[in-house]
Amino acid sequence: MTHLPFIAASYALAVLVLGGFGAGAWLRVGAARRRLAAIDPRRGRVAR
Amino acid sequence: MSTVAPAGDATPLAGSSLHRFANPGRFLRLSEVVLPWLVVPAVVLTVTGLGWGLFFAPADWQQGDAVRIMYVHVPSAWLASSGYFGLALCSLLSLVWRHPLADLAAVEIGPVGAGFTALCLATGSLWGKPMWGAWWVWDARLTSVLVLLFLYLGHIVLVRAFDDPVRGYRAGAILALVGVINLPIIKFSVDWWNTLHQPASITLLGAPSMAPLMLWPLLVSALGFSFAFAAIVVARLRAAVMERRIRGLLMARAVSR
Repeated sequence: MTHLPFIAASYALAVLVLGGFGAGAWLRVGAARRRLAAIDPRRGRVAR
Repeated sequence: MSTVAPAGDATPLAGSSLHRFANPGRFLRLSEVVLPWLVVPAVVLTVTGLGWGLFFAPADWQQGDAVRIMYVHVPSAWLASSGYFGLALCSLLSLVWRHPLADLAAVEIGPVGAGFTALCLATGSLWGKPMWGAWWVWDARLTSVLVLLFLYLGHIVLVRAFDDPVRGYRAGAILALVGVINLPIIKFSVDWWNTLHQPASITLLGAPSMAPLMLWPLLVSALGFSFAFAAIVVARLRAAVMERRIRGLLMARAVSR
């Protein structure tokens, strides 16, 4: 495969950006859900 | 469900159907149903599109295997522009109808759009170096996309720059709407000016000037990126709605003490 370092870097960046934003959003939703459930269990159930 | 405003409701008709989704509880319930339908296609289509482009699509007769960068670069470029269009749409909803979720959506779209724009610029640079011999040229297409990144970054900073969040939302919305002028400049930059960047290979009206063996993985990858963008924004918006609710509850408790 020609230009392999450039191709590998491009795909690695794509995984980093998509995976980073995805994991970040997932963790943020989980943290907010737990915090909300701790403050107000009734509303925490609604948020699930 | 009727979209007609109830009697005595002063909300404009067009806004009333949008305001049905302004209720945070309703949004959380709806997004909980929608999110898996975004995440699963996002993962399946992105992995399929990128794997297809990387391992099975043919190399270009001129560019060799470097053309495989296209399967990351082009979808991220499309999402950078369409994400900004979404940001501007939310800003319009915010300014005209004072839609509360539109403000939060604009705040959450900003960083995601900036990330996709940065990915577009970085992969363009990685594609440009072996093909043009330069990491960067001040070409109209590249420069207008760089301006798009600055617009995203400006919006991110501006909405957080005020003590009163509503003032930040309004200022960010105005910036987002002014910045829409950059979208046609990005689109037509390769037609209006002589650029090193190649013209569009895929247009809405004309037949694509690309072999189907390359076109299909590109479309699958673009669809996957689109689902991923939507899933990330919806998930971030869910978190933002819950965080706002937490802040409200904590403030209510503090006041009642």
